[in-house]
Formats: sequence, C-alpha cells, structure tokens
Amino acid sequence: MTTELFTGAEMVVKALSALKVKYIFGYPGGSVLDLYDAIFQQDEVEHILVRHEQAATHMADGYARATGEVGVVLATSGPGATNCVTGIATAYMDSIPMVVLAGQVPTTLIGNDAFQETDIVGCTRPIIKHSFNCRDLADIPNIIAKAFYIASTGRPGPVVVELPKDMLVPQNKAPYKIELDVSMRSYNPNVKGHPKQIRKAAKAISEAKKLVVYSGGGIVLADASQLLTTLVETLKSPVTNTLMGLGGISGTHENFIGMLGMHGSVEANKTMANADVILALGVRFDDRVTNNVEKFCPNANIIHVDIDPTSISKTINAHIPVVGLVDVVMQQLLDELNDINYTPDEEALKEWWQQIHLWRDTQHVGYEQIEGEKIKPQRVIEAMYKITNGEAYVASDVGQHQMFAAQYYPFAKPRQWINSGGAGTMGFGLPAAMGVKLAFPDKHVICITGDGSIQMNIQELSTCMQYSLPVVIITLNNRSLGMVRQWQDMVYGGRHSSSYMESLPDFCKVAEAYGHVGIQIDTLEELDSKLEEAFSIKNKLVFVDVLVDEKEHVYPMHIRQGSIDEMWIKKGVKA
Amino acid sequence: MRHILAILLENEAGALSRIVGLFSQRAFNIESLTVAPTDDNSLSRITIATIGDDKVLEQIVKQVNKLVDVIKISELTDRKHVERELLLIKVLANTDKSRTEVKRITDIFRGAIVDIGKQIYTIELTGDGDKLNAFIETLSNETEIIESVRSGCVGIARGEKAMRL
Ligand SMILES: Cc1ncc(C[n+]2csc(CCOP(=O)(O)OP(=O)(O)O)c2C)c(N)n1
Ligand SMILES: [Mg+2]
Repeated sequence: MTTELFTGAEMVVKALSALKVKYIFGYPGGSVLDLYDAIFQQDEVEHILVRHEQAATHMADGYARATGEVGVVLATSGPGATNCVTGIATAYMDSIPMVVLAGQVPTTLIGNDAFQETDIVGCTRPIIKHSFNCRDLADIPNIIAKAFYIASTGRPGPVVVELPKDMLVPQNKAPYKIELDVSMRSYNPNVKGHPKQIRKAAKAISEAKKLVVYSGGGIVLADASQLLTTLVETLKSPVTNTLMGLGGISGTHENFIGMLGMHGSVEANKTMANADVILALGVRFDDRVTNNVEKFCPNANIIHVDIDPTSISKTINAHIPVVGLVDVVMQQLLDELNDINYTPDEEALKEWWQQIHLWRDTQHVGYEQIEGEKIKPQRVIEAMYKITNGEAYVASDVGQHQMFAAQYYPFAKPRQWINSGGAGTMGFGLPAAMGVKLAFPDKHVICITGDGSIQMNIQELSTCMQYSLPVVIITLNNRSLGMVRQWQDMVYGGRHSSSYMESLPDFCKVAEAYGHVGIQIDTLEELDSKLEEAFSIKNKLVFVDVLVDEKEHVYPMHIRQGSIDEMWIKKGVKA
Repeated sequence: MRHILAILLENEAGALSRIVGLFSQRAFNIESLTVAPTDDNSLSRITIATIGDDKVLEQIVKQVNKLVDVIKISELTDRKHVERELLLIKVLANTDKSRTEVKRITDIFRGAIVDIGKQIYTIELTGDGDKLNAFIETLSNETEIIESVRSGCVGIARGEKAMRL
C-alpha cells in the first residue's frame, strides 16, 4: 500500500478545512502562488481578496471579534508580510485569536537578502503570542493545528506561521498527518482559580461595604457575559466596563454605571476611587483606565482575576490575585459565595448606591444640541442607536468618534462593539466592519469613523463591492484629526499643528466611484430622516458623511497625572 | 538586586531569540546569559543573571513563563544553590618574574595554565563571579592582560530539588 502524498500548499488548505476555517483574508504574491493555486482548486475555504494586507489582518480581526473564531490571514513574503504588522499588533494588544500565514523565500535563499525576503518572524516577535518557522513540509498540518490552538486558548493572540516557498511547491510532497487534539508540554492554558484565592476573594466580597465590579475584554473573549450578569445581580453591586469590555454586561442594565477611564463616566470613576473592594475581571489596569498609578484607588482591596499572570500586579498591585479563566473563576466564586451563604449587606448597598446616584445626578456629563446649529457628533450616535434598536454591530476607527460611540451607544451584548482599544489603530474600522458583515450578513453593521481614519483604508470600498459587503459607514466629519486637535486645544495652547485637513475629498463621490451609495448630511433637520434612509438601503454599501461640529470635545476627560476620578467635565470645569 | 534565573525550554529554532527579545522589549537587564542543550536533547537550559527589584523580578519570571516554548523558570538566588562561571584569560608572561608570578597566582586560585606561547600564558579558572573578579584583579597587578573571555554564570539548586520535565 502506498500512502497518498500531498504538496505543502495542499496540506495548508486541508489543515485549514479540517479546522473548519471558512474564510482566509489575503493578497497573493510570488512566494505563495502555489498556495493560491491550491485554494483555487477547492471550495471549502473561501479566499477574500482585500486591497491592502493591513486590511486583511483587520478584516480577519473583525471577523474573529464578532464570531469568537480564529481569523486567518494570508500574505506573500516581504512587503506583503510587513503590511500585516500593524494588524498583528492591533490583534495582539486586544488579545484577538488570529493566524497569519506568511510566505517566505525558499529555505535555500533565506539569509541572502533575496527578492522579497524579510524576516517576518523577527519583525513580529514582540507582537505575537507565538510563531513558527516551517522547515519540513511534513510538519505543516501540525504546525497549523498548533497555531490555531495557541491563538485561541488561554489569553488569545496572533500567531505567525512562516511558509518558505519550497515547502509549498508541487515538486515536494509528503504524507498528510494532523493531530487536531493538540497538547503541548510547554503550554497549558486551562487554568482554574486556586481554591484558597477563591475563598479569600469571596471573604473580601462578603465583607465589602462599597464593592465595584470592574470588567473588561476578558469577559467578551471568554463569552462570559451571562455569568458576569448573574454575578453582578447576586452581588447587587455597581459594575463598570473598560472600553474593551463594553457589552460584557448590557449597557442598559440597572447596575451598569458606564465605562471607566480616560473618557469614562464621572460616576464610574468616582465609584472606583471610593470603593473598598474592587473585583477586577478580565482587565489589565491599562494606563488609559488608571490615570496616575500612584494615586489609584488608595483604599481599595483589589481582587484581580485574569488568565494572564503577567497582567496581575504589573501596574497596580493586586491584594488577592486569582489566575484562571475568567468564566471558570466566576463560577467558582459564585459556588463559594453560595457555600458561605452569602447575602449582600443591604444597608451598606443602599448607602453606596445612594452615593453613586448622587454622582450620576449631579456630575453626569452630557452634551448640548442647539437647534439650527451644527450637528453634535453625540447626537449622531444617539440617532444611530435609535434606528438600529441598539442591536447593530459597531466597528469603530480611532479618535473622538470612537469615544462618542462608546459613550452614547449602550451595547446590549458582547461582541457588538468592535474597536482597537489597546493599539488605537486608525484604519481599523472599515476592514473590521467588513469582517463582521461577512460573518453576519443579515445584521446591521456600522463602521463609525472619522474623516482622518477612513482614509487609512478607504481602498477597501473596492473589496466591499467585490464581495457585496453592504456595511453602513458613518463618518463624523469634523474636517480635522479631532482627537489630536482636542489635545492641542487642551494641552498645547490651541496650536493646531497638522491636525486639520484642508483637502478632504467629497466622500460621497468617492463612495459612488466605487459603485456604492453616498449620503451627505449637513443639517440637524435632515439627520434622522437621512440616517433612516441609509439604514433602509439593504443591498448596497452606504457611505454617510455627516458634517459635525468640529469644536466639540470629548468629555469627561482625565486630568493628566491625576487620580482616576480627577476629570474635566467641560472646558475649564473639573468634576 | 542581582538574580540568577534558570530556564528550561524547548530546544527549538527561535526559542533563544524570544527570550532575548523579551528582555530587550521590556527593558529588563541582562548581565549574562548562557544557553546549551541539556542531557535531554529536546530541551535547552538558559541561565540568566539579571538585576532588578522584586517587582521587576516578578514580571521577568511571569513574562518568561508566558512564552509558549518555556517549560519552567526558577530563581536560584532565593535558595541554596551552586553558581559557576568559566574564565579563559591570556596574560603576558615574557619575563621570568611574570611567569613565576602568574603560575603562583594561578595555583592559589586553583586555576590551570592550559596553553603556553612564546610570550603568553592562557589560563583557565572556574568559580563564582567574585572569585573570577579577584583573580583578574590580582593578575593585572602583576602583568598585562591580553585577552579574556567569561562564560557567564550557570547555576543549579543544591539538594534534592531538580528542574526537569
Ligand atoms: C495609525 C494611527 N496614526 C495616528 C494616530 C493618532 N491619532 C489618534 S486619534 C487621531 C485623529 C483621528 O482623526 P479622525 O479619524 O478624523 O477622528 P476624530 O478624532 O476627528 O473623530 C490621530 C491622528 C492613531 N491613533 N493611529
Ligand atoms: Mg475627524
């Protein structure tokens, strides 16, 4: 009997379909043409051709964030691979499962400065969870299986697989063997919370008078929002989300006190600052949350639950560290609370909530829309929320529009809010929205963006045409790099150094040139009706260009180097 | 504080560069680093001497542990351990006096002269870092040092405890 032999290219495709991959996002080139040829000859895995490799990574990323599956990218060696770097960094910062297959020159040429040779494994080393160099084509299936396993378990993240051309060519063949049930002696991601730590945590919680739950992207990644809701309802405590954690508990839940951090609500930040116990779940005490770490919540006993030990006590010392999968630990905690017959201290709770409501009633920051004046960006988000019933997927770019969306669109469910929180990558929004739309063609998918950000991947309008991806792009057009301008207003004496653009294109015409629909909105009167119109167009991409007030700033905003609750609530006014 | 870390990891392409990359990326200090396969050829062992306070050390240990290739890391300096470093040094030995002095000092430090040239002795010495420093200093008072190389320290815990799979 002879075993069947396969080329490396065939093995890649076979392995991907064994791993139930539906889409690969990529762009061809010399080193991966054999792989493209293998893709052409099958129909289990569909290739989506983007217009720039960066967009392939963001599209895979958006797809992964919305579905929880691993996003898969394919790029050629050299410039194709380096174009992926920003997207890999973006996924890395937000712990998104992604596998990037990067072509490489043949092994015989590696190190020779061959045409389109770049050491992509070296380039990406600080921004990946792991990477593989393939040097024997028989290893390809198991390398890919391992890459998926590593990318999607524990704290997820991107994995790069480098495929030299001689591993893929038709001349070289080997038998195909794959072990889908991966285990690795050096990597054991399934961690339960230590029972002793769980007991300590439950005790601290049961003794708390001013408890707050601070939850983040870990909840979303672990699909643990149901458990979080149960836990919060058991504790009857306030809960705040990070930018990455929005939707982890419904934005309209009565215990939800808003986002925390730099542009979080005053009440959320005050609640944190005054808490006696902070239950931190799947968060990493990012500097955009803490403000000055020296002044961070001095009176709080901090329970920090995370799968990644490096996140614990990195910036803020945790009094009760719990390393483990956040869903598993929350269940352990609920069981322990049950075992100790926990009931919340109603009297303390009443006082605590009274205080929080007082902050909310007296210091909540809103905005003022005056009839006949320029459209306020916040007003656009509210209109968008109403029209979509709060059920849309919203993929965001980076800037003021991102913060307005986070503040004014209360997300009901996890994975609805897709944004580059850790890296803050302009250009993320459109391709990410496309990835979401591909996964959920029947849902409203919005790309909320700015006049600056949209131009960082605007070429993808062409991809949208090719694959019929009718996302709704809403540009809060303030004719400026608004967030930069805001900092210049607040910190740099109003000197607008390179933060505004005097040569913006007519975005509607750009959209039309690509075969889409463009709608411009200039006045408040037409805002609602034109937005309705945009969302009623079902099979075409609509580019909505909303001219908004360029003077609007995002508030509240941390006062630099202050404590978490030291905030500007409007120009010159502190909370 | 100086710490010595022992790391057991997969003996795979790229594993060392991940460790080195991590240290430079996170601005951790490396005083010395040595690496070689172990008796089990599928594993490598690295010894790193580093400097940092407790908080930095905690991060180093956690970050190294997080690398997918790493199987174990332990700090040797917080327990009883043996620490050794190898020195190879060439010194000028071109007069009777310098030859005798170099020989005498080498004997006192329990080193060995491993090569002799027309004008030069090459000496081998093992010990902990302090001993090597003292040796070099003593030699330099007597003669000229031409070249030296140190291996960086390796270490192992004393007693029953073993670092293995
Ligand atoms: C790739 C990249 N370059 C630069 C920045 C810095 N930056 C952050 S927000 C911003 C302005 C964004 O402008 P726009 O997209 O128009 O959004 P707005 O703030 O006006 O809503 C810039 C330049 C970034 N986040 N990403
Ligand atoms: Mg703008």
